[in-house]
Amino acid sequence: MLKEIFSHLMTNYYETAAVIIFGIGFTTLLLNKNLIKKIIGFNLMDNAIYLFLASKGYIESRKAPIVVNGVRDMEAYINPIPAGLVLTGIVVSVSVTAIMLALTVKLYRRYHTLDIDEIAIISKKGGI
Amino acid sequence: MSKLKENYKDSFSQKFSDFMTGDLEVPDEVHPRKKQAKNNKVIQADEFFSEFTDADDIKRRELYQAFRNRKFMEWINRAYNIISVVVAITIICVLLFTVSFLPAFGDKDNPANNEVSERYIEDGLDETGAVNIVAGMILDYRAFDTFGESNVLFIACCCVLILLRNDDDEPLPDEDVVDFRRDIILEKAAKFLVPVILVFGIYVVLNGHLSPGGGFSGGAIMGAALILFACAYGFERMERIFSYKTFRRITFGALLFYGLAKSYSFFTGANHIESIIPLGTPGAILSSGLILYLNICVGLVVACTMYGFYTLFKRGRI
Amino acid sequence: MTVFHIVLLVLLIVCAVAACTSKKLINSVVIFMSFSLVMCIIWFLLESPDLAITEAAVGAGVTSILFFLVLRKIDALNVYIEDEENDDNNENNLAKGEEKGHE
Repeated sequence: MLKEIFSHLMTNYYETAAVIIFGIGFTTLLLNKNLIKKIIGFNLMDNAIYLFLASKGYIESRKAPIVVNGVRDMEAYINPIPAGLVLTGIVVSVSVTAIMLALTVKLYRRYHTLDIDEIAIISKKGGI
Repeated sequence: MSKLKENYKDSFSQKFSDFMTGDLEVPDEVHPRKKQAKNNKVIQADEFFSEFTDADDIKRRELYQAFRNRKFMEWINRAYNIISVVVAITIICVLLFTVSFLPAFGDKDNPANNEVSERYIEDGLDETGAVNIVAGMILDYRAFDTFGESNVLFIACCCVLILLRNDDDEPLPDEDVVDFRRDIILEKAAKFLVPVILVFGIYVVLNGHLSPGGGFSGGAIMGAALILFACAYGFERMERIFSYKTFRRITFGALLFYGLAKSYSFFTGANHIESIIPLGTPGAILSSGLILYLNICVGLVVACTMYGFYTLFKRGRI
Repeated sequence: MTVFHIVLLVLLIVCAVAACTSKKLINSVVIFMSFSLVMCIIWFLLESPDLAITEAAVGAGVTSILFFLVLRKIDALNVYIEDEENDDNNENNLAKGEEKGHE
């Protein structure tokens, strides 16, 4: 059973790597107290999902979806849908990152620290 | 004669040649920060933020340490760490277990490769006229999706503007609001690199329907060129070419054109009216209907937004 | 060819772990930049050149610039312009930046 699962994972190595990177990003979000590290973890999760999506659209020994020499056969090109979705996602993730970084700068100006626990305690204990 | 000369000084061609040669009469201030220190504004800012003294900071830190050192808190922290590690490992294991049941990587019978992608590939060239099927898909079949995405970028820029705004009325005690130092190496390198990067970005945008690329990547490249120019020559010189007014006009105009053009094409398509926009011969640069113009719009919005992010983070103003 | 894919994926995972565990913030941002570059090569191998160009321009370029600017704002960067006022504070700032990294 376990051997079977492992061999399946080895055939799906792209998806396996995507899941592992997702896990690394998730662990960083949970365990790291630094806000910048949390944002980096969030970006890692983003990239893992894009990798997963794009690997689902890949087909062995086919070319990129750009029509060459008028060949319009489905057997010639890979699936273009995941590429379009991920293209949208990459640009949106940049804007999300920018907003999170702006909030971080705001928090640092107010509390002079990046530790999220410290910020929570200061704001609760009536420090300011 | 002198009048003509003055007129020429304000003209666009003079500004462009100034931009290219890079010799403008910029005051040679290596330490602009010192000049600011003499101003009274900084003192006002210190008063404004007087609650952030060092004593207060130390007190707060002590409070935090005392709160943290309690045994109860220690236990909670330890339990939180253990629980989060357990949760993360569980999620990874569940996901890996699921991945092991997925169809093999690179298989052509993958359920994701269904009739939708078949239609995009086989009929895409006839219906959109774009050689690059991805560009045809995101700017023709799913054009409103991309419109929403351009709006997301614009709104993100507005959010950052609200959060990091730094007007002259209420100066913040930020040291790096105005710090800019002329660097001869960076200036000379930027003089060669900025035009090259700009031309490459324009090439990527204009060939979005023929080759890999398109509005998003080309716009990001053009934004990088603008950022490099602002790094090398400072914001004072940048404002002569690209000010807040330019930002507003370009972004608004591009979004408006995108919305109107795509509304027209959806209206004619839904009512079975023949569109007046020719598709052209596939492979030519002026082909594929609206895709070229929409690519230009998206590229302008992305370039403005990327430069806007940079300048907002750098000095709090566009 | 499969070996090359696997090597790149392992490099990706190593970059992710290093970005999350490095003690200084500047190191983790630079490692995240290299993560984006490895992703860019992987997009090429997955036959989607559109994504490769976008990732190279956006992920490795603009996002890293934003991160660096934020690090400068929060004084975690140890690069300071030589100024008479700042010269005495330089060592303090250096210690501060390191402390912030693993706090």
